[in-house]
Amino acid sequence: MSAPIIELRQVHKWFARFHVLRAIDLSVKAGERIVICGPSGSGKSTLIRCINRLETHQKGTIIVDGIELTERTRDIEAVRRKVGMVFQQFNLFPHLTALQNCTLAPIWVQGLPKRAAEEAAMRYLERVRIPEQAHKYPGQLSGGQQQRVAIARALCLNPKIMLFDEPTSALDPEMIKEVLDVIVELAESGMTMLCVTHEMGFARRVADRVIFMDEGEIVEAAPPERFFGAPENERTRQFLSQVLAH
Amino acid sequence: MTRGHAPNGPPPLPRGPIAWARRHLFNTWYNAILTLGALYLIALGLKAAIGWIIVDAVWLGGSEACHAAKGEGACWALIAEKHRFILFGTYPYEEQWRPALAVALFVAAVGLSTWRRLWSRALVVGWFVLFAALALLLHGGVFGLTPVSTELWGGLPLTILLSVIGIGLSLPLAVLLALGRRSSMPLIRAISVGYIELVRGVPLISILFMASVMFPLFLPEGVTINKLLRAQVGIILFSAAYLAEVVRGGLQAIPSGQYEAADALGLGYWRKMRLVILPQALRLVIPPMVNSFIATFKDTSLVIIIGLYDLLGAVRTATNDPLWRAFTTEGYIFVAAIFFVFCSFMSRYSRRLEQGAGERRPQ
Ligand SMILES: Nc1ncnc2c1ncn2[C@@H]1O[C@H](COP(=O)(O)OP(=O)(O)OP(=O)(O)O)[C@@H](O)[C@H]1O
Ligand SMILES: [Mg+2]
Repeated sequence: MSAPIIELRQVHKWFARFHVLRAIDLSVKAGERIVICGPSGSGKSTLIRCINRLETHQKGTIIVDGIELTERTRDIEAVRRKVGMVFQQFNLFPHLTALQNCTLAPIWVQGLPKRAAEEAAMRYLERVRIPEQAHKYPGQLSGGQQQRVAIARALCLNPKIMLFDEPTSALDPEMIKEVLDVIVELAESGMTMLCVTHEMGFARRVADRVIFMDEGEIVEAAPPERFFGAPENERTRQFLSQVLAH
Repeated sequence: MTRGHAPNGPPPLPRGPIAWARRHLFNTWYNAILTLGALYLIALGLKAAIGWIIVDAVWLGGSEACHAAKGEGACWALIAEKHRFILFGTYPYEEQWRPALAVALFVAAVGLSTWRRLWSRALVVGWFVLFAALALLLHGGVFGLTPVSTELWGGLPLTILLSVIGIGLSLPLAVLLALGRRSSMPLIRAISVGYIELVRGVPLISILFMASVMFPLFLPEGVTINKLLRAQVGIILFSAAYLAEVVRGGLQAIPSGQYEAADALGLGYWRKMRLVILPQALRLVIPPMVNSFIATFKDTSLVIIIGLYDLLGAVRTATNDPLWRAFTTEGYIFVAAIFFVFCSFMSRYSRRLEQGAGERRPQ
């Protein structure tokens, strides 16, 4: 229908001699929700970090919302303004309050006046259901609350795309749900997102497409019904039998 | 088992100074002996010190009074007689209200700046303005003030000027050097590493010597740069090299996730450093940084070798007077006390900074 908002063509990446990403082809439509899974070390994080250039690829083409990622700092910063990222370890700025974490980029990157940035940030903090924690420092929040602040912080730049790298893996079980609920809501609002996760229930519920990676390759990519119901690849079947056994 | 105490929770320890002493000082027989022995030695020392410093000291009078005391007591008459010279050096006697006012203004400004509510960009600007004003006040030549050449500046104002400007300007330079040393650009990295290693490899004395003796040789004929300025630049450049390594330590301690989160927000290099990384890194290295500041404060005394008379130089000159030559110790004790007041203020205030800022808990 429309042009893809993210396009990767024959992307390769090496860490020194180690070939992490091999011939990745991936195209994501606006509004599409993609879940990426695969064994540890298969290159999932590396793949999504290439999309906002936290990692550089060495071969192939990556185009994000019409901008090709190259050495050009201008393009990189333009892409980063369109792409929000949420990390496994939250990575909130510990010297700033939740609210200040959220307003930092709008004020300094977008040049919003402080008041406007704070009002917008409060709306997002309400959306992740922690407006009452706005003036606390990250060290005073639980893991689940921190991750929700991190989501709000990413949303404050009005990104077109959200990247999640195992957003619930560092959380205690009772906090996973509160974070997943927020992400599900976001997915339902039509945000384009790529999410690395092992939460298969979440994948079934929200994904348009599930991608399985192994040893730097995309082994299988299919809508959840087919991915979980009738996986084609032997490696996928093996992986699923392990993950779903728990 | 519980011996009659509340069943949950440890038995309460007896309180009070006597209980404390019994627990820590007299808990075994050999500890008791050590405690008594140490107390005896401390008492002896205190008695001698109080005797020399206070009881038998000569407070007023000429040097004859001090000589008459035959070293039984300290000669504080020296300070009464020479304090203006020690504090203000060779600054013209009738004009010494100017350095006195400068020191007073400086101390007042420090007092105000410790008030966190006033912290802002305006305060930084205020400090620059203050120092320009202080320099003007000392230098004169305007507003009807008699001009006083910088060659004559000395004592406490000189110490403060050299060290505070040295500290204040070496910190930003150090931050740049530390960032440069971690830069991904090879040329910048090489320059930073080269500078830091070179300067750390030579003593401050030799840098001051170079600044005062060798540097003018490179200048075209007729061009001279003020000796005080040269010493000041030498101190800044020297202390920046040490501070840079301290700052680098802080930068290295910040987890890579912080850099990545700032990158992902599109902050760009300078904003990332200024808003995210440096505030955390600098707070982390407050203790070694203050260490460095204190060292700089004391190192300014070395300017004596190029003929500038800071506090220490002034006391040395003051006690060169044949009448008072026997009482240099008292002079040195006096300036040591002044140094101590300044340095201990720095270390106490820095401890408050470490605890206070950052993860302040809302009330
Ligand atoms: N900076 C790096 N330098 C060298 N090797 C790296 C680096 N980052 C990752 N790797 C390696 O690249 C491979 C892929 O890493 P990546 O983090 O993408 O895996 P992953 O699929 O996200 O795994 P996990 O599920 O454990 O997060 C791993 O073998 C890892 O050791
Ligand atoms: Mg990973």
